[in-house]
Amino acid sequence: MQQTRTVELGTGLFVFLGVGALFFLTTQTSNVQGFTGDSYTVTARFENVGSLAARAPVTMAGVTIGRVAAIDFDPDLLDAVVTLRLNSRYDRIPEDSDASILTAGLLGGQYVGLTPGGSEEYLADQSVIEFTQSAVVLEQLISKYLFQGGSE
Amino acid sequence: MTQWFFELVYTLRGFLQTFGAMNLFFLRIVSYSPRAIIRRFPLVIRQVYNSGTLSLVLIMVCGFFVGMVLGLQGYDNLSKFNSEDSVGTVAALSLLQELGPVLAALLWSGRAGTALASEIGLMRATDQLSAMEMMAVDPLRRVVVPRFLGGVVSMPLLAAIFSGIGIFGAYVSGVIILGVDGGVFFSQMQANVEPVHIWQGIIKSCVFGVAASLMAVFEGYNSIPTAEGVGRATTRTVVLTAIAVLALDYMITAAVLALTD
Amino acid sequence: MSERSEYVVEIQGLCFSRGQRRIFQDLDIKMRRGDVTAIMGPSGTGKTTLLRFITGQLVPDRGSVWVNGYQVDRTPRKGLYEMRREIGMLFQNGALLSDYNVFENVAFPLREHTNLPERLIHHVVLTKLHAVGLRGAWQMSPTELSGGMARRVALARAIVMDPEILIYDEPFAGLDPISMGVVVRLIRQMNDVLGISSIVVSHDVGEISAVADSSYLISEGKVAASGTPDELSKDGSALVRQFMHGMADGPVPFHYPAPDYGSQLLGRDDE
Repeated sequence: MQQTRTVELGTGLFVFLGVGALFFLTTQTSNVQGFTGDSYTVTARFENVGSLAARAPVTMAGVTIGRVAAIDFDPDLLDAVVTLRLNSRYDRIPEDSDASILTAGLLGGQYVGLTPGGSEEYLADQSVIEFTQSAVVLEQLISKYLFQGGSE
Repeated sequence: MTQWFFELVYTLRGFLQTFGAMNLFFLRIVSYSPRAIIRRFPLVIRQVYNSGTLSLVLIMVCGFFVGMVLGLQGYDNLSKFNSEDSVGTVAALSLLQELGPVLAALLWSGRAGTALASEIGLMRATDQLSAMEMMAVDPLRRVVVPRFLGGVVSMPLLAAIFSGIGIFGAYVSGVIILGVDGGVFFSQMQANVEPVHIWQGIIKSCVFGVAASLMAVFEGYNSIPTAEGVGRATTRTVVLTAIAVLALDYMITAAVLALTD
Repeated sequence: MSERSEYVVEIQGLCFSRGQRRIFQDLDIKMRRGDVTAIMGPSGTGKTTLLRFITGQLVPDRGSVWVNGYQVDRTPRKGLYEMRREIGMLFQNGALLSDYNVFENVAFPLREHTNLPERLIHHVVLTKLHAVGLRGAWQMSPTELSGGMARRVALARAIVMDPEILIYDEPFAGLDPISMGVVVRLIRQMNDVLGISSIVVSHDVGEISAVADSSYLISEGKVAASGTPDELSKDGSALVRQFMHGMADGPVPFHYPAPDYGSQLLGRDDE
């Protein structure tokens, strides 16, 4: 009888700890819950997205307000179409806001930063962000610098 | 020359035969499992205790030290690039994707897998399995299936505990001892760990659980019924589990990378 | 199922070989219902293998095995399990389940096959343990038992489902004289009191003579002699005499086949 209770107690403890650890790992180590809540999507066209990847954060004033949902290439206009999924809580972002692809730190991943415009109209589902600034590609930057230096 | 060739063929044939037997054994166990869960639930619980609870302390202690080492090594290497803030990311990613599932499976096989193999082997050697058969009780259902299920249930939980404690260990060495900012430790980790990493780890530990449990019960059940045979079965359990786990690890990693890219 | 034939076990023309080795050839054995039948033979003649045919763990190459109305070699797995419920078997060392104590070992078949209430199980188990004289040991673990006690517990377990046939595999091996006497008495008692048929595999001639109604001596895959133990000990053939009287040399040679002694000693073993 005593032994059965030890087994039950031990098993309970073990399963409790295990499920707790699973819960901790799935909720606390990662910060991607934005896709489950209400959201709306907007698109932005870039000449060059650099190494931007799907699921990269979209920030405004440094706060993550959404994620990159998809990146596609438009064969007609020959540019990249980036679909952004923004949290529905942030529904008053001026329509003429500016999207740029930025790099976190020197070696960090790339993300989309939104800079607010002054319009009274707000971005809504399926809106298109008109003003964009492409990723800065290191090689282009260097060659530009070298080219200018050489012509002087 | 020809003898050498025949020996090779012979060995290969033996290997294939064992592999086939193992697969058939696996299918039989799986086909008995649903009823075992319903009819013999207390036995399965008992084996979760044997496989899981009894491995708990080992898993926790090892997980903690592995995490401490990751924190230390990560800090040492990352500080060369001025990115010691990423130590949480490095530790969490290594633990979740690789070290948690793999080390938990290897430790489990050393602690619980050998115990299972020798227990079943001893039951074979002392005619307990035949006695059950004679009492019209199928030892596969009564002895093997509950033990197999106990291992299968335990493994993902053990791997999760290993990873969780490991992250704590990395926190202790990285933040408390070496002075990385605690907030940065977690925010960096949360920014870079994605659900696919976590799912990868969970899938791995489930697959490893099946493989390691299968090796243990198969080796035990098919051991030669002598003291030496049982000893050999436990050794083979550890060796085969290590090979199977690491090979499967590579395959799953490759598959996940292929599917997510 | 069991049309009550006179014989509880009938083996006809059993042939079996393992690899190149022929174990049985045209073996015929009949065991009368209600008797204690002994199977004797030198070590390595496949006495235990024979039991595996009776219990359906092995299938013969040729011949048929009838046990209690079942044709064992043709019965599918499920039927075998049904048949085995009518058989109790005592293994050489008892084969008690090491996870459980004495009580739970005896209760094991009941718990597996019946839904009896706990109180009834308690009652039945203690009755059976009392029959083998070990009611007081119900709480002990199998590791605490002596060899003789373990065998008696196994006997209690074998009779807990009230079988029609009891099989003993080497019940006397490795027992001290007192335990031996106890087991001999129990075999006889169980057989007569419970009205069952018993099969005893052994090579302890003395004990067998004390307990068996009829016996078979098996050698080289065949029945070498059969009859009551008395008849066997008076049998004229050299092999039976050697076995029944425990002579070192005879048809079963003392020397394992070897090259010529003299030439091997002189170091000419390269031939």
